[in-house]
Amino acid sequence: MDNEVAIIGVGLHPFGRTDALSGQQQGAYAVREALKDAGIEWKDVGVAYGGSQDGGNADALSNHLGLTGIPFVNVANGCATGGSALASVIAAIQSGVAEIGVAVGFDKHPRGAFNPRPKDWGLEDWYGETGLMLTTQFFALKTQRYMHEHGIGEEALVRIAQRAFRNGALTPHAWRRRELSYAEIAESMPVNLPLRKFMFCNPAEGGAALVLCSAKHARKYSAKPVIVKAAVMRTRHHGSFEVFNPGLAAQQSPAPTVMASRAAFELAGVGPQDIDVIQLQDTDSGSELIHIAENGFCEHGEQAHLLKNGDTDIHGRLPINTDGGCLANGEPVGASGLRQVIEICTQLRGQAGARQVPGTPRLGYTHVYGAPGVSAVTILQAG
Amino acid sequence: MMLDTPKKLACPELLDLAGGRLALLGSRCRACGEVYFPASHGCTRCCATDMEPYRLGSEGTLWSWTIQGFRPKAPYNGGESEADFRPYGVGYVEMPSGVKVESRLSVADPALLAIGMPMILTLQAYRQVPGEAPVYTYAFAPA
Repeated sequence: MDNEVAIIGVGLHPFGRTDALSGQQQGAYAVREALKDAGIEWKDVGVAYGGSQDGGNADALSNHLGLTGIPFVNVANGCATGGSALASVIAAIQSGVAEIGVAVGFDKHPRGAFNPRPKDWGLEDWYGETGLMLTTQFFALKTQRYMHEHGIGEEALVRIAQRAFRNGALTPHAWRRRELSYAEIAESMPVNLPLRKFMFCNPAEGGAALVLCSAKHARKYSAKPVIVKAAVMRTRHHGSFEVFNPGLAAQQSPAPTVMASRAAFELAGVGPQDIDVIQLQDTDSGSELIHIAENGFCEHGEQAHLLKNGDTDIHGRLPINTDGGCLANGEPVGASGLRQVIEICTQLRGQAGARQVPGTPRLGYTHVYGAPGVSAVTILQAG
Repeated sequence: MMLDTPKKLACPELLDLAGGRLALLGSRCRACGEVYFPASHGCTRCCATDMEPYRLGSEGTLWSWTIQGFRPKAPYNGGESEADFRPYGVGYVEMPSGVKVESRLSVADPALLAIGMPMILTLQAYRQVPGEAPVYTYAFAPA
């Protein structure tokens, strides 16, 4: 394709807790880091898309970065905020709106589980009042059913968390950097069975930003650009098992992840077997378990074997969540999807240090999933 | 179950109490027959908007379950203190129409719950604050 778009700069404000900085300040920090990485200034940027869930409007970052008059669009797509911002910047560059664009996500959540308002999601008050509107509950219910249908035991959930914290310990910017033993995870407090404390990520804070331009100009800015082969966002169909659903349809249909993944592979002209390094949404062990298959990396039910075999480890054939994912980094919703893209860029550039996947990875994959049934997938190629 | 005393309900619109028999209420699309819980104003399957009330019944089978292990933040209004909070069961119950209804469960012991077990509709006083009438919601119990 002659109108491909490349990532020429990445910037992260480490996830976790930063009491001294607002969410917007962490977002602005990430943008400045990305601009520095691309060797350009904010005044060189022609378009920006960004968002947060609890950190305020993204276009307010202009007050930190400079009021240059560019179109700066606020994106609010839950967990797919970063992915939607990225897809929008790519479309803007491809359509000639600007030569250089920025995608940014940031957030600053209160401690503890999310407490959404039913009305914001088209639901009645009773659903929240009677204690049914919790994301942790949904993940547990979906995982429980999935494990039942595909004959997977709790051991697989423990192994996913164990690998996440093992990789987090190798990642200098990760929030959780302590390896946890199998027993520590398996015996941790039941939060929503079958999911336990160390199988859940925590809402957190942080910022992540990308600078992009047309691939044909990318070498002007970066010695190691990363080509975006696909950036796809999809919403749910009738019948898929989604969060915040008092009732599920009689006939189940594939999740939005499946639709986004298929579309991305088709757009990129590659298949799951071609991918060298993978980031999957792991708000909890159960979600990652399901997402390995929904994204086409194995058949439903094969996960337990893959995990036991070490296939998803950094040195395995399907390295997943090499920076520890959401489990080790926490989840600032607006920033989380772009953190995944940054980790893949770091791996494809061969700059991942102790957590670098072996060989010369050429293709990477990112996936987010969130409320109320949205998914965003990217496929990235070393330039 | 038979109803005796009037109760304060969190969600009266979800329940059919006709004849003293408790049943869940939903809706059905007149165009394609798809059934919804709770009642829906439109059909997300065929995009039609002509819906009719539909009685989902009171018996089903457990389709999935979890135990809510921590006290939810607001808008949850169970009213108990952190120290008084007791974990509660939550599940999806598959009704005869095939629709799965999300519900609190009468038990919170993993040993007493298994996918596929028969369940029956009941009412549960989920909010019990001294000096106030208890508030009830629908729930399912092992049949």
